[in-house]
Amino acid sequence: MLSRMAENMYWFARYLERAENTARLVTVTTNLILDLPRVVTPDWEPLIDITSGRDKFVERHGEMSEHRVVQFLLADRENPSSLISCLTKARENLRTTRDIVPAEAWGQINRLHLIAQEQMGDALSRRGRHESLQTIIGQCQMIVGLLDGVMSRDEAFEFMRLGRNLERADMTTRILDVRSGDLLAEMPADLKAYGRVQWMSVLKSMTAYQMYRRLVRSRVSGVDVVRFLLQEERFPRALQACLKTLEVCLSGLPRNETPLRAVAQLRRMVQRADIAALAHEGGTLHVYMDELQLKLAGCHDAIAATYFGAELAPNAAMAAGVTPPAPSSSQAQTQRAG
Amino acid sequence: MAQDWTHYLQQGFYDELVGPDGPRPAARPLMERLVGLGADALRERQRAAELEIKTLGITFTVYSDGNAIDRAWPMDIIPRVIPAAEWRRTEAGLKQRVHALNLFINDIYGPQRIIRDKRFPAELIASSKNFRAQCRDFTPPLGVWAHICGSDMVRDGDGTLYVLEDNLRVPSGVSYMMMNRQVMKHVFPELFENQVILPVDDYPSQLFDMLAAMSPRPADYPCVVVLTPGIYNSAYFEHAYLAQQMGVELVVGPDLFVGDDDCVYMRTIQGPERVDVVYRRIDDDFLDPEAFRPDSALGVPGLLRAWRKGNVALVNAPGAGVADDKVVYTYVPDFIKYYLGEDPILPNVPTWRCEDPQSLKHVLAHLKDLVIKPANESGGYGMLVGPKSSREECERFATLIQRDPRNYIAQPTLALSTVPTLTDHVPEPRHVDLRPFILSGSDIQVTTGGLTRVAMVKGSLVVNSSQGGGSKDTWVVETNESDSPS
Repeated sequence: MLSRMAENMYWFARYLERAENTARLVTVTTNLILDLPRVVTPDWEPLIDITSGRDKFVERHGEMSEHRVVQFLLADRENPSSLISCLTKARENLRTTRDIVPAEAWGQINRLHLIAQEQMGDALSRRGRHESLQTIIGQCQMIVGLLDGVMSRDEAFEFMRLGRNLERADMTTRILDVRSGDLLAEMPADLKAYGRVQWMSVLKSMTAYQMYRRLVRSRVSGVDVVRFLLQEERFPRALQACLKTLEVCLSGLPRNETPLRAVAQLRRMVQRADIAALAHEGGTLHVYMDELQLKLAGCHDAIAATYFGAELAPNAAMAAGVTPPAPSSSQAQTQRAG
Repeated sequence: MAQDWTHYLQQGFYDELVGPDGPRPAARPLMERLVGLGADALRERQRAAELEIKTLGITFTVYSDGNAIDRAWPMDIIPRVIPAAEWRRTEAGLKQRVHALNLFINDIYGPQRIIRDKRFPAELIASSKNFRAQCRDFTPPLGVWAHICGSDMVRDGDGTLYVLEDNLRVPSGVSYMMMNRQVMKHVFPELFENQVILPVDDYPSQLFDMLAAMSPRPADYPCVVVLTPGIYNSAYFEHAYLAQQMGVELVVGPDLFVGDDDCVYMRTIQGPERVDVVYRRIDDDFLDPEAFRPDSALGVPGLLRAWRKGNVALVNAPGAGVADDKVVYTYVPDFIKYYLGEDPILPNVPTWRCEDPQSLKHVLAHLKDLVIKPANESGGYGMLVGPKSSREECERFATLIQRDPRNYIAQPTLALSTVPTLTDHVPEPRHVDLRPFILSGSDIQVTTGGLTRVAMVKGSLVVNSSQGGGSKDTWVVETNESDSPS
């Protein structure tokens, strides 16, 4: 399989997953705001940090109003991680790999791209937002479901799954990182209930609430949520589950020693973590999450170097690729140009 | 609703389906069906064909169409019909022609006997835009340079089939020829059942066999790739289609590299894989930034180096375009005589070379009646159709020609033959040409029929796909001379 095709499949899946996650984040935050009293209203700022768009956002907008943030996250083409940018890039990546995926997928991504453009107006307004974003999320899931149902588990499929799970793992750690920081801080007694609501929203932003409740029968607590989202191997969006899938994908690919080692290391680190101790203080957890993200970026690097020929072509040291994250924020990875 | 064909024929033009006494024998079953169906049913079938083309994703980009890279390939459902007997003769003529052309190209990059024997002027090579000095003193496998040739043919008003030009660089259209047939089988299945229409399907396997035969490494499964400039190229659909039909990898420049061993490798997830044959759909200029244009991002640095070392086969070979020159075209009958000792089976269109002073005089005096073509443009660009041009345009061309006479030829305006084509009302005659494809490997093979291109605008003679022309399926039909209604 050509390195370029593998790379395109990988990024197709990553961008599609990113689009779906972004839509979900925005819709959940919108609902959260409706549940909370004004005094506890979380602002939209955390979403900018989750998608690591702070620099870009400040440059273009400045004011952190709901309207501007939503616009930035969903419709802004200058934001490389906006919903519309992600869908456009997903489509472009699929265009050249059309021949190795079931034909319907191309038709579906085209439809999704069109629908997103049509729905964007509604998505920006608070009233139409939920329905339009649900439509978009549904379309994303349809494509994933389609490919899962009719695509052979060949190399193209494995690279797609690699991309999807790496993006998913990345998003999980980001959400936890940004949200848990302020949630683990001590809440005044009369607002403790709202703390729970916020933790529920963290779960809902990964559609994890229901599964969490089935497993953890007691009240929603911060520590349990962090543990669930990091270590629960059976929940597909939990970090450990994603890592396990990465291992499975890589086992089916040639020359997999380096990437497998990177993933295995990360798995051990997550397995050994004492969540209660980490969660005791917002600062410690944040440092830990940063380390996780660094290691995840390392997994991506290993995959790119092994399969996408990053080391073979001397002029392939592209920008926009893999800068090591700064200590307190991590860069959203984007596909290298060319 | 019956079709009235009595007013169909145009004076002075040969129609491929309808003769002065009614439908031509080979086209009779088809014509009877068209008459029987009537205009509405025909339009219905045309719509169905267009829908199928859209669904199958058969596209061709017209560069002037902006960002529309998913423009559907235009096809008209009324096919052109050629009697098999006539085709067999044409086929022999094409084989003869391409054989002589390859001998010429090999000679011109080698000993240049034809120049020494004074049967071809040296100055023509010296001033040739497509002659590549980088290819001198090298013989590719089997001495074949133009493995794939698309020779455009036209029929004049008197019924004679001429070869209009030979396209030896990166001729396209063969996949559209195959797709047209596939669509037509769904449009008129009844006609395929009742007649012997020769198939065109095995082109991909013939192509693969030819490519494999060029491999420098003897092996059961040589590594063959199709090198494309990418999705924004007008014929990208064809590149992808041929690669898929042959079961080979479709690559772009950055997918390949030339190693320190001067061999070509493909970047795969298993690591570098050796490549034996590159079917390249990129023009010479952009093929190798080391040998040709250094600013090309489409090509592979060192590809020519690997080729000259014999480590990789390039199809068509670089430099084959030397014979893609319209002035060189005028010498092809001479090539046939010189290299093969034979008389040409197929005639050239009578042509004036403007570099010859007598011819130049004649051309300038008769611009209004002639078609003027630059020596090295493709796609029908840069030419003047005298009878359809204004005085200003003719004057402009007169200046162009006099400034650079070596690079212009002139031909009489041919009365291109027509084929009935659907319009908003009744089918009308539209001018067509024919592009058969000739494959040269260890032997020479010709596609059955070829791509028929049609000028969609009434009276227009410009059929080129890149300028918005349409296409038709081409049927080579077996007939008995004593025709009986089927």
